[in-house]
Amino acid sequence: MSEPRVGVYVCHCGHNIASAVDVEHVAEWAYKLPFVTIARDNKFMCASTGQEQIEQDVKEHDLTHVVVASCSPHMHEKTFRNACARCGMNPYLFEMANIREHASWVHPNDRDGATNKAKALVSAAVHRVIHHQPLEPMQVNIRPETLVVGGGIAGIQAALEIADAGHHVYMVEREPSIGGHMAMFDKTFPTLDCSACILTPKMFDVGSHPHITLLTYSEVEQVDGYVGNFSVRVRKKARRVDEDLCTGCGSCWEKCPIKVLDTVFEAGLGYRKAIYRPFPQAVPKYPVIDTENCTYYKTGKCRMCEKVCQTNAIRFDAEDEILNIEVGNIVLATGYKLFDCRRIPQYGYGRLENVFTSLEFERLTNAAGPTDGKVVLRDGETVPETVAIIHCVGSRDKHYNSHCSAICCMSSLKFAHLVKEKTGAKVYNFYIDMRPISKGYEEFYHRLLHEGTTFIRGKVSEITDAAHSPEEEGKLVVICEDTLVGKQRRVPVDMVLLAAGLEPRADSSEVGHLFGVSCGDTGFFIERHPKLDPVATMTEGVFIAGACQGAKDIPDSVAQGAAAAARILSTISKGQVILEPIRASIDESRCSGCRICNNMCPYNAIDFVEDLAVSRVNPALCKGCGTCVAACPSQIITGAHFTFDQLMAEIDGIMVDVTADDPFAVEAV
Amino acid sequence: MIENGTFKPVIVGFLCNWCSYRAADLAGTSRMGYPSTLRDIRIMCTGRLDPTFVLRALQKGADGVLIMGCHPGQCHYQAGNYKAIRRFALLKRTLRQLGLEEERVQLHWASAAEGVQFAETVARMTEQIKALGPLDWSHNWPNEDPYAVEEATE
Amino acid sequence: MTQKPKLALYWASSCGGCEIAVLGLHEKILDVAAAFDIVFWPCVMDFKYADVEAMEDGEIDVCFFNGAIRNDENAHLAHLLRRKSKVLVAFGACAFGGSMPGLANFYDRDTMFNWIYMDSPTTINPDKVLPQKRYDTPEGELVLPGFWNTVKTLAQVVPVDYFLPGCPPEAQSIEAAVTAIVAGELPPPGSVIGSDVTVCDECKRTKTEKKIKRFYRPQEIIPDPDICLLEQGLFCAGIGTRSGCGAKCPAVGMGCRGCYGPNEGVLDHGAKILTGIASAIDAETAEEVEIILDTLPDPAGYFYRFHLPDSLLRRKARKNGKKQMDGGPQ
Repeated sequence: MSEPRVGVYVCHCGHNIASAVDVEHVAEWAYKLPFVTIARDNKFMCASTGQEQIEQDVKEHDLTHVVVASCSPHMHEKTFRNACARCGMNPYLFEMANIREHASWVHPNDRDGATNKAKALVSAAVHRVIHHQPLEPMQVNIRPETLVVGGGIAGIQAALEIADAGHHVYMVEREPSIGGHMAMFDKTFPTLDCSACILTPKMFDVGSHPHITLLTYSEVEQVDGYVGNFSVRVRKKARRVDEDLCTGCGSCWEKCPIKVLDTVFEAGLGYRKAIYRPFPQAVPKYPVIDTENCTYYKTGKCRMCEKVCQTNAIRFDAEDEILNIEVGNIVLATGYKLFDCRRIPQYGYGRLENVFTSLEFERLTNAAGPTDGKVVLRDGETVPETVAIIHCVGSRDKHYNSHCSAICCMSSLKFAHLVKEKTGAKVYNFYIDMRPISKGYEEFYHRLLHEGTTFIRGKVSEITDAAHSPEEEGKLVVICEDTLVGKQRRVPVDMVLLAAGLEPRADSSEVGHLFGVSCGDTGFFIERHPKLDPVATMTEGVFIAGACQGAKDIPDSVAQGAAAAARILSTISKGQVILEPIRASIDESRCSGCRICNNMCPYNAIDFVEDLAVSRVNPALCKGCGTCVAACPSQIITGAHFTFDQLMAEIDGIMVDVTADDPFAVEAV
Repeated sequence: MIENGTFKPVIVGFLCNWCSYRAADLAGTSRMGYPSTLRDIRIMCTGRLDPTFVLRALQKGADGVLIMGCHPGQCHYQAGNYKAIRRFALLKRTLRQLGLEEERVQLHWASAAEGVQFAETVARMTEQIKALGPLDWSHNWPNEDPYAVEEATE
Repeated sequence: MTQKPKLALYWASSCGGCEIAVLGLHEKILDVAAAFDIVFWPCVMDFKYADVEAMEDGEIDVCFFNGAIRNDENAHLAHLLRRKSKVLVAFGACAFGGSMPGLANFYDRDTMFNWIYMDSPTTINPDKVLPQKRYDTPEGELVLPGFWNTVKTLAQVVPVDYFLPGCPPEAQSIEAAVTAIVAGELPPPGSVIGSDVTVCDECKRTKTEKKIKRFYRPQEIIPDPDICLLEQGLFCAGIGTRSGCGAKCPAVGMGCRGCYGPNEGVLDHGAKILTGIASAIDAETAEEVEIILDTLPDPAGYFYRFHLPDSLLRRKARKNGKKQMDGGPQ
């Protein structure tokens, strides 16, 4: 083979790189590196002129390899690979040096340091690229089925969009009914339309859609495979009610003698039975037996539900079912967890009985809730005359969650309105900042101002029942510094509502791991790009929507659900997806069969072929992490595009003397 | 490396593509400054880190090696970082026997969101290595062969 | 009849095992004698260095050079034989990788001299006499070869054409090399004459997935005769060591020591054994890993037993400043 001819392009990125890196000097220096035929600097490599320069040089100077020193490969590696491909080069004969994010932007006042680092990174890329080999991406077919995990509003939206387009959706929901948090709400801000009225038709659509298989009371246990071809194992927990026979008539839970405090749907304010349907509009309509509380499972007696069921649908001996489903794409819409207000003891939740959480208030004010929509104190009858609503509980506080929960301002305004409307009470809103940022929100805030709600700017330090004066007797006293007037306030009220923040699910880390999605420092799932790719993840074929990606309100959750669906529909209509050819392969003629690599692979992509006594990689299952490559003590597993030779050359290149005029030559590995 | 008359360490970094490389990107987009001592190499996973790479970097003159990956439990490939933990532990023991100071080769975690932690790690390691001074590994075996000198002068 | 090719055999810093390995060819040694004209073999026959010096450059067709290079005399002969030989073969683990003498690279000259000539419990040396490079006797000045701080391999001192691994090379390996030389069918210069797979390939023990919970030293357990030793927790370098020996050590219940060196293409023998062993550890947390590793004392000694001088790092870092160590007294 003839000698490599490398083209090096060093980008100014306007001033982004050139302000800290001597770009011209780096290009001149790079020209002296081994096998470099051309080295240029360019204002904007990613612009069409920059890309055309590459194309022109490849043709005119017969370049075999290309190096672009510019931004992060996560930004423009694809752009430049495509430019190389357009002029007939294999796109994998390209390498990128990241001299913006990793040099100019982080060493703005260290021009020598940034320039030297840029030289080292360019040298590394040049040394590496000459070991690159042409690779062919793998094309795989996309199964048209989609798995949606989580049946809240985001998941419902995603499922309906895909199913309406004619493709099958499996929806897996952990609880006995879909609906999520939205099903618990009474009114939605800022329009104050009834949550159930807008949600239940969608829930019904999901339940009855010919293209949706609804798996409630189910959890995903295992995910194998890769984009286009995931195999998912779902545990469908035993409902102990035969769904084919049950009509949802309700006689079983009416007659069931066991009352259980409902901590899930009624937020601990109401009761359900041991056989129960979480709420009247539940989808599916079938009840479920709570075996922890059912008398039959404790004593072997009772069987009341069985006796009253006219269709003989009760199945005490039913067992969990394991379903294996094959899907092409996955949407994670697993939602959020409400901040546990007990974590702030000075707010008294759990100790002072008339301190309520936002979710409790949603149930109080809901016409279908435990008080039939009456806003009353914990005693169930007293109507409050003064109510305090505390914003930012557990949010924007480094002791709990540093993030803003995005919904609390608006739900606090909504609560203030509802309290006033239902009780005529005097309402105080304690806020840090008002953030009514979306469409129609600021207007709603103004409406509240005109309705006469009192807004006090200040973080509440304590809620106490220790009275300092006669008018505080028997009241809850909200203590806070009013930062607008600069004085300490003690506000006696009858009822306190805590606008609890939104947190990631307690098991988000495990769930993320199951699906190959990582969690950010706040614990929410990380999107592929915070601005330009907000619903995709680093794992191809796995998308995120709704509050599992970050605290957000209903309109944003719906938008993300639809966005995830759109992304998936585009891959389904294409029918195929291109996979990076970064895969491990074993040179079987040199494999000694030591089996060190066998348990390295998390995807079980390595099989041991007994009769040949060699190990073998299944390329369809391999995701290219390279863990087996590094493990192989014989050094006969190759990790494409991250080979031993490539990485060793990169190390040699990165260690050249950047202060020398003439960088020394490539050392053969 | 000696820059402007003072010792400036050269640290070779091996960053996992999914977490720490992105943390480094984030440090960049957020303009968090840190010393220009790190020269980083992207690998798909810390599980790809062949101990040979660390030895090569040291042999070639690096004053330190910084390996960074996803936090345990958050590996993009599920468990590659656990394999890295095992290899790193054994590598560290081996390097200790070869007389290398603990701080020269370090393994840390940074999620894609931890640009600050990334920048702090580089800054901290730079200070530690500055305190240790240059490693200059190849100077451990200056020429002792009188005949080699003779041949060279012939 | 054409002249027989000329063969030289030399031992530098070695134990003499390689010489015995040549004799281990048994009756095949007669073929060697018949095929070659042996012009230098100080272990077996009486030759003087002057005899070699008197030869023409390149007069020797093949030189089998065993032993590491750790003093001026070793180096002198390495340079001399290189000049006089057409083909120079690094014969055995010492010349190839440094081997046992190479373990001195965990120390330096002063440390070793102090221990061996002064501090070791069996030494009586009240006058604290250390080896001298020069010594005046009534008969005249005696000169001893200078002793080096760092043991080197043959290839680190002179260019080497071929490497023959093993401590010592097994008869079949020597035979293969000799046959190739006689037939003129040598691989490209710089090659290792040997296989390109590891010891596991020849090892008859049953192998499954490896999950090591602790390591044992050979005296601690009696291993199952049929199962992979590493799976039983016994250190075995066979996973990362070139085959060719017939897996003799594992066959008798002793883990491979690693004498055949790194597999083809590997730059650092120890790193490959290290990564293989570490990968086989069954632990999740760093703490668990450390507990298991506590049962494997002296990992560097295990991993670099035969190839420390030709590893990437070559030796232990030298304390007390590097410059100071160089021109010190001997």
